[in-house]
Amino acid sequence: MNINATLFGEAVWFGVFIWITMKYVWPPLQKAIADRQALIAEGLAAGERGKHELELAGKRSADSLREAKVKSAEIVVAAEKRALQVIEEAKLAAKVEADKVVASAQAEIAQQVEQARAELRGKVADLAVAGAERILKREVDAKAHAEMLAALKQEL
Amino acid sequence: MASGEALTSSEYIVHHLTNNAVGEGFWSLHLDTLFVSGIIGLVAFLGMAKLAKEATSGVPGPLQSFIEILLSFVDQQAKDTYHGRSPLVTPLAITIFVWVFLMNAMDLIPVDFLPLILGVFGIHYFKAVPTTDPNLTFAMSLTVFTIMIVMGIKVKGVGGFFHEVVAEPFGIKLAPLNIVFRLIEDLAKPISLSLRLFGNMYAGEMVFVLIALLGVWQLPLALPWALFHILIITLQAFVFMMLTIVYLSMASESHG
Repeated sequence: MNINATLFGEAVWFGVFIWITMKYVWPPLQKAIADRQALIAEGLAAGERGKHELELAGKRSADSLREAKVKSAEIVVAAEKRALQVIEEAKLAAKVEADKVVASAQAEIAQQVEQARAELRGKVADLAVAGAERILKREVDAKAHAEMLAALKQEL
Repeated sequence: MASGEALTSSEYIVHHLTNNAVGEGFWSLHLDTLFVSGIIGLVAFLGMAKLAKEATSGVPGPLQSFIEILLSFVDQQAKDTYHGRSPLVTPLAITIFVWVFLMNAMDLIPVDFLPLILGVFGIHYFKAVPTTDPNLTFAMSLTVFTIMIVMGIKVKGVGGFFHEVVAEPFGIKLAPLNIVFRLIEDLAKPISLSLRLFGNMYAGEMVFVLIALLGVWQLPLALPWALFHILIITLQAFVFMMLTIVYLSMASESHG
């Protein structure tokens, strides 16, 4: 073994390298690593947050869907009610109209009955006159008895 | 062979295990060790500093990912073992792991490759693996030792530190014995730390040199040894780092 002044030279080298590592190598790298760790942790947290928000949004959308369903059911019920109402109204109107038609028809019938009766009355009078003529076997002076015949006609 | 002359086997081995030194006696410098370890360290740590400066907290590039994984691994080891909060422990562990690993990895360059190239430029001795130089391993372990002592005093206070030296593990009445124990314990740490790394790498390099002596047969032998050596390279870097963290955590927690 050959120990000599190289010892001091190497000690100086060693010291210089420790100093470089301590001052310029390890702290910046350590900082870079720590920063990256923080960045990754932040990213993971943001991902977690996003997931949570997605869950909330899903819940919200389900809520509004349910609400819309309820509202649409309400609308359907209201519409049905309104339709029933409209039908009722229509029925009422139809009834009124029908009554009117029936009334007018009855009036017409009454009128026609009256007319027919008048006609029949005339014919019956003629028949009665003809019958009486035959019974009397002589000609009835229509002109002489016209007054009596008209009174008869009125009595029928 | 590096010098181009015919060498005997032992000369070849010795040649490969000789540092390129300048100066005499204690005040000499191993230029190859200083140069290689310095270049490797500067490239690695300045490169990492540049990368760290441009590091993004967004999507990292492949290189940044790799460095982050590596450094986070070291940081995790430090955190698992060292329970205090210190701005020094993790950078120190990173420095040790990266630097020792890269210096050990120089072992994977074929033993004759660098000496052959440098021989052209008139440099005849070159030991490419800095961790096979005990100067480097001791420099590192003694630095770690110093940090350990300073940290112990800082955490426990001067009184607390010396009280621990005097009174543990047998109580204040057996103070001399405690001091002897403490000395042995503390001296064993830097010595075992540096000699473990040095011994492993020196032996590995030696095996590479011996394999290189076998002529054509070195090819089927050098490859498995290199593959196996990758394990040793990583393991020794890891062990040095891990033991440093353990020593520092022992220094800043009361034990006994």
